[in-house]
Amino acid sequence: MSSLLEVRSLTKKYGNFTALSDLNFELESGKITGLLGPNGSGKTTLIKIICGLLQPSAGNVTVKGYPVGVESKKVISYLPDTTYLGKSSSVEEVIDFFVDFYEDFDRDRAYDMLGKLGIDPHTRLRTMSKGTKEKVQLILVMSRRADLYILDEPIAGVDPAARDYILNTIITNYDENASILISTHLISDIENILDEVIFLKQGRIVRKSSVDDIRTNEGKSVDGLFREVFKC
Amino acid sequence: MSWSLNSDRPIFVQIIEHMEMDIVSGALPPGSKVASVRELASEAAVNPNTMQRALSEMERKGLMHSERTSGRFVTDDENVISALKIELAASGVDGFVAQMRRLGLEKDEVLNMIREKY
Repeated sequence: MSSLLEVRSLTKKYGNFTALSDLNFELESGKITGLLGPNGSGKTTLIKIICGLLQPSAGNVTVKGYPVGVESKKVISYLPDTTYLGKSSSVEEVIDFFVDFYEDFDRDRAYDMLGKLGIDPHTRLRTMSKGTKEKVQLILVMSRRADLYILDEPIAGVDPAARDYILNTIITNYDENASILISTHLISDIENILDEVIFLKQGRIVRKSSVDDIRTNEGKSVDGLFREVFKC
Repeated sequence: MSWSLNSDRPIFVQIIEHMEMDIVSGALPPGSKVASVRELASEAAVNPNTMQRALSEMERKGLMHSERTSGRFVTDDENVISALKIELAASGVDGFVAQMRRLGLEKDEVLNMIREKY
């Protein structure tokens, strides 16, 4: 398997505060990776650097061999941890916008998922609950045929039933060669769909391994190991 | 989450156990076609790579085989299935015996209880 994402000696400082310290790792094609860590451990900072929204202080990131830039952004589908869609737009209008903007956007796939989650495309985002807006954003992100999906806290605001559907959407809607990087605190909800995990603690990687290795070697769940490693 | 998988143990191992039970019980009949990796992964709510790994392991054990164009099938070899049944029964008995020993029961007491219940 070839590596899709390469992170080399990546450091990010905010003034005197070091948010990420000399990170090195690779993600292979076709894997679902959990990016796990407590609040303030650097998850979102790392994601924003990979997506080109923040500049690293040192080190570099390549996606499919491209440095972060236009080419890397084409192949990454990113779900940010905040809402960025215009509130006065309807779902339909936002989808039209995405179709114009991304050449790999699959309109039918988006409408199909909306239908399954019972979301009316004519609804305006302004009138939607937080959870419904999150679902719409996830649908938009998963409707692209990207090489790397980066999901920052994708299921935090949605109810458990919709969570199951969303996880199912994630499993069934990415192709075999695409990879997914998911950051979350809700480990027990997602750990069965992960191939591997990266534990981030105070800007450093303290563990990167396959989830079945954790279960075999430690005899505990990823959630259990997380609680142990990050015990307060 | 209809497969009720436990996060403390490797998922692919539990998938194999689940499917072995389906083969022995006839829920997956001999020679029948197995659903696609995607469908099964979705049904069990697990990663497709994990499902793939479990199915490859089932093939290695001779419980399933792939045909290039038409998909994956449960073995139609009755001997393989009977052997699997015995293997599962033996491991169930091992666990049961160990538990009865922990409870401090003698062999005859346990056998009598089995005769009454079975």
